[in-house]
Amino acid sequence: MLKRTLIAASAISLSAFALTACGSDDDGGGGAEGSDDKITMGFAQVGAESGWRTANTISIQEEAEAQGIELKFTDAQGKQENQISAIRSYIQQKVDVIAFSPVVETGWDAVLQEAKAAGIPVILTDRAVDSEDTSLYETFLGSDFVLEGERAGEWLVENAGEADTNGDGTINVIQLEGTTGAAPAIDRAEGFATAIAADPSIEVTASQTGDFTRDGGKQVMEAFLQADDTIDVVYAHNDDMGLGAIEAIEAAGLEPGKDIKIITVDAVKDGMQALADGKINFIVECNPLLGPQLMELAKAVVAGEEVEPRIVTEETTFTQEQAKEALPDRQY
Amino acid sequence: MPENPTLVQRLLRHQLLWPVLALVALLVINVVATPTFLNIRMQDGHLYGNVVDIVRNSAPVMLVALGMTLVIATRGIDLSVGAIAAISAAVACTRIVGAGDEAALTTAVMACTYALIACIALGAWNGFLVSVLRIQPIIATLILMVAGRGISMAITDGQITTPNNGWFSDLASGFVLTLPLAFIIALVVFALTAVLTRRTALGMLIEAVGINPEASRLAGVRSRTITWTVYTFSGLCSGIAGLVIAANTNSVNANSLGLWIELDAILAVVIGGTSLAGGRFSLTGTFIGAIFIATLARTIPNIGIPSEVNYLFKAIVVIAVCLLQSSRARSVFRRHRSVTPGPAVPVAKGIAA
Repeated sequence: MLKRTLIAASAISLSAFALTACGSDDDGGGGAEGSDDKITMGFAQVGAESGWRTANTISIQEEAEAQGIELKFTDAQGKQENQISAIRSYIQQKVDVIAFSPVVETGWDAVLQEAKAAGIPVILTDRAVDSEDTSLYETFLGSDFVLEGERAGEWLVENAGEADTNGDGTINVIQLEGTTGAAPAIDRAEGFATAIAADPSIEVTASQTGDFTRDGGKQVMEAFLQADDTIDVVYAHNDDMGLGAIEAIEAAGLEPGKDIKIITVDAVKDGMQALADGKINFIVECNPLLGPQLMELAKAVVAGEEVEPRIVTEETTFTQEQAKEALPDRQY
Repeated sequence: MPENPTLVQRLLRHQLLWPVLALVALLVINVVATPTFLNIRMQDGHLYGNVVDIVRNSAPVMLVALGMTLVIATRGIDLSVGAIAAISAAVACTRIVGAGDEAALTTAVMACTYALIACIALGAWNGFLVSVLRIQPIIATLILMVAGRGISMAITDGQITTPNNGWFSDLASGFVLTLPLAFIIALVVFALTAVLTRRTALGMLIEAVGINPEASRLAGVRSRTITWTVYTFSGLCSGIAGLVIAANTNSVNANSLGLWIELDAILAVVIGGTSLAGGRFSLTGTFIGAIFIATLARTIPNIGIPSEVNYLFKAIVVIAVCLLQSSRARSVFRRHRSVTPGPAVPVAKGIAA
């Protein structure tokens, strides 16, 4: 009974998404015909799982409007199947260019082949796909997540003396991973592991996914705090999980930033505020404001120009002092 | 000892035996992995420990599952609980953020009241579709499951909304008499539900509707009102759960808040021994089921299951519990063991005796 119920539920929800896709089909066709010289871009966003993602969405939407590009935007709510059906609907609508941030790394070949067959160029933003065939997309615009992980690890190696909060000679690191299988989660873990290999006293003692959400970060951190009282450092793959961890650490009667050092990646506003307040120790920036670069690329690709296959966004890192300075002018 | 259908025998036949055993087994695994797992100490004037975290984190699932139990007892199902939780959280948080005095107690109370009124209305809408328009429950509540996320996204503008109100945050993080407030809220709802259904005829009427709606109607039971009531109640429970979840991190993320909680809640109900075919229900079973699910969530980081396989681990545990509960699976297993030669036979007899 449960099984039947679930199958029915998933079948119905799938058809519901198919219906919404058809719906956007119709108004899309009319809009595209009206203005021929205007570039139409279909953008399939991952979701709105974090403050970072929201800033990314706003940047793309605002820049598209400013540059006079017609943007068709869908939110995949963190599900690959939604994103695939959104891309298919863009292909049917014959948009000029498709851009998307893949939810996970694998499983894109079929739908990207369809786009290629329809002659629609594809730009990957923020996250890469794991595919042998690099001709399936024009370029990948986004951060170098491995580098971000390395920067986080390097800071820890440089500040190893301070980071050993309980003074036992070893630095026990807890890692809060992003969504399992997502490129930033894999790469940030890899870069971090490479960097901390330079100091044998640093060790990742436990690692678990917090799904990039505050609630996930808090629940996982609560469990780790109970199981292990020698935690020196928390390395969270995004600010939101770090913010969740802060709540768990405070509930345990410890002081985040002092009793347990916290390193995160992203630098969204709430994270920067916590950094300035001394609750986080170091943030590696992952710039969400991809809009301007993305629109430039879209224009170039539609005009048939050659573009670099990999474009890395410019990013920096923040210490607590730098956060205090940067916070007033922060856009997101 | 025929004159004595002993305590042990009655226990063995008790429907809550298997969920309780499963919970105990899970706790034993945790204690083996971390010997201090069950330790509880005082911390800043409240209890602190794994068990405290587990009961606190079980509150949202327990609340949703209580409403779900009654819905399932009427042979229905409510898939919209996660979406209703998200709407509740979205309404409360946006009202707090938009209020003149963000940190005041009255702000928090008003915001929660608005949120719960909205959830009662949404539950009533589900009840209307099911009881008056006679739409299949799975379809009727699916509408709100899909649309509800959209509504909560619209309320929050797709942004993560972070209210700053100590009173609101206490819903999840606060402690009363050293116990987590979230768990007390769930306990109060549990107690009220139990009293209303077991000390009055309501529980029997719900079961009657679940077993045969038409027959119970002919017998004079107002089945339409009963059905309508349980969906409204489920909406209210989901709303409270949504408030607790949002208060836990002082933020509402319309996309992820309460996502898949309907499945956890259905699982809690099923583990507790309530049949999805309707009729007899067990609130205590649901209570244990919710605790079991929260314990399972805690087990994964505690025994260090890698992220890649944690869903698989969950699935295996759930399958094991369901097999334990199925009397047919148990008897097949027992027969299989008794035909195998060797020391297994006396052991099997020993269990059967």
